[in-house]
Amino acid sequence: MEPILTTKGVNKFFYEPEKFQVLKSIDLTVNKGEFLSLVGKSGCGKSTLMYVLSTMDTDYEGELQIAGQRLTGKSQNELAAFRNAHIGFVFQFHYLLPEFSVLQNVMIPALKLNRYSRKEIEERAMTKLKMLGIDEHARKASSKLSGGQQQRVAIARALINDPDIIMGDEPTGNLDSYNTQLVFDIFSELTHTYKQTIIAVTHDDEFANKSDHRVEMSDGRIVKS
Amino acid sequence: MNRQSLKLSMEIARVHLVSKPKQTIVAMLGVTFGIGMFIALVSLMTGLNNFTEELTMTASPDIHIYQEETSSRKSILEEINPDGLNLVYHQKPKNETTKIRNAREIARLINLDARVLGTSPLVSSQVFYNYGPVQLNGTILGVDILDEDKLFDLRSKMKAGRLEDLLSNHNGLIMGKGLAKKLNVALGDRVVVTTPLGTTITLKILGIFQIGIGVVDNVRSYANISTVQTILQKDQSYITDINVKLKDRNLAPLVASELQSKFIYKSEDWQAANATYLTGSMIRNIITYAVSFTLLIVAGFGIYNILNMTIYNKMKDIAILKAMGFAGVDVKNIFMIQSLVIGFLGGIAGLVIGYGLSFLISKAPFNGGDIISLDHFPVNFDPMYYVVGIVFGVSTTAVAGYMPSRKASKVDPIEILRGQ
Repeated sequence: MEPILTTKGVNKFFYEPEKFQVLKSIDLTVNKGEFLSLVGKSGCGKSTLMYVLSTMDTDYEGELQIAGQRLTGKSQNELAAFRNAHIGFVFQFHYLLPEFSVLQNVMIPALKLNRYSRKEIEERAMTKLKMLGIDEHARKASSKLSGGQQQRVAIARALINDPDIIMGDEPTGNLDSYNTQLVFDIFSELTHTYKQTIIAVTHDDEFANKSDHRVEMSDGRIVKS
Repeated sequence: MNRQSLKLSMEIARVHLVSKPKQTIVAMLGVTFGIGMFIALVSLMTGLNNFTEELTMTASPDIHIYQEETSSRKSILEEINPDGLNLVYHQKPKNETTKIRNAREIARLINLDARVLGTSPLVSSQVFYNYGPVQLNGTILGVDILDEDKLFDLRSKMKAGRLEDLLSNHNGLIMGKGLAKKLNVALGDRVVVTTPLGTTITLKILGIFQIGIGVVDNVRSYANISTVQTILQKDQSYITDINVKLKDRNLAPLVASELQSKFIYKSEDWQAANATYLTGSMIRNIITYAVSFTLLIVAGFGIYNILNMTIYNKMKDIAILKAMGFAGVDVKNIFMIQSLVIGFLGGIAGLVIGYGLSFLISKAPFNGGDIISLDHFPVNFDPMYYVVGIVFGVSTTAVAGYMPSRKASKVDPIEILRGQ
């Protein structure tokens, strides 16, 4: 098994309203192709950990390494470029840009990365949309789609740059059971067929139990792994 | 920052502007109004200033040399006993003529200076023009009419008659239009002039001129030097003033002080002679710029507000863009481009509106009355002000857009993304 993400002794403090240690020496290894779910009660620090792993939160002690690169201590601009190429995000809400069409929303991270020509990017975006069964909506405004469809567009957007890891913060938190099942199936298919690494924060036990690797947190520590 | 990122930021900026057309247009109208009013105001004000400056210049020489009768001088006692304790009570001027000694030689010497375009020695006198029983106060200038023409371009100011007719007629006169109207005389009529010595002389009107300023046209006549010398009963060397025209008018104060120290006689430059006019012109300029800049700054606040609101509404979009790998500068560019586009397009529209307003003003009838001869507002269409307008408009929007854009670039995505 090849590790894609490792952390060593990650500590994090909140200073407002008073000093409080939210993460306590987290050592975590995520292997390539693994579908990992982070679970725990509200306030246990699972979301905070995920934002540290996402590179967006740089205010922590310890060390973070993704895809062989040490990311601790890099500048915000370097981290932004890293996220663009290596990490895809799916949040509780879809966060699609309302003024743009479905296809444009999926294309934006790839246009930013600028690895392929515009035409190739469009083809790749269509392929991802087809894979998720929403290619017939490609030209519609993103706001005209249903909640489940929008979340699938967000997944297509996360996939467009072939990231090393997809990170999800409650990716099914705002979906009904039908769409939750659909998103879960997509995630399993991605890991099993395409060897896509996925880290998802969830409080949905059913969802977590069906994932490959369930990591449970409590009071800022990993208690069950 | 690479070109592709900039292109992408431009594309997102374009979509933002186009998807909220009303808001975009309102922001642009602020700039348009500011720049339009700036152009209209500046065009009218500088037009008026240039017009009056030109008029003033046609009426006053660059340098005017004359004998100052009341110039204070040391008393004889102080001259022979400079270190003593002298007390001279209320010294009066001595009885001197206002004549400039050796005037033709002085004029010849001044003409040798490379900075001087021409000189015109003249004899001036207060006279009364008789209109039946009524006597009108005025002046008569004895000049070499061709020299005077070289200085003031009299030929183009002639409304009737020719300058050359004066050369061949010893008892002729070229009269200001306002004065002729008051005396109810026309070309070829005769007018009786009373001199300060009490003698009268009848002169024939050979021409009528109009400079365009009431204070000149309503009182002044030109005659030959010898004619005026005769009516004043003076000899041929009697000259009271020398007018000097320079190649560069702005050198006048310098040259005037040189001439004064060289020839003793009072040398007055046009800036000193027209100090009131110059102060007025400066104050008009200050007011124009103050009003225009206020308008543009108000427009800038409008843009600041609108961008702030846009950014507030787009917090979620900014957060996801940053999560997906947009650097702070990319986000800043998205909003800076929007404000620059608003500033540039609004500014161009402002220039068009400003030109339109200036054009309308230049066609509006305006009666200058007896003071200045004017039937339309003079408007300046100098392209320089259009360049100033667009540059200032775009820079105001750049400053107004910079602060909200920087705020957008500093948005912390975690706060937005996990807050919900």
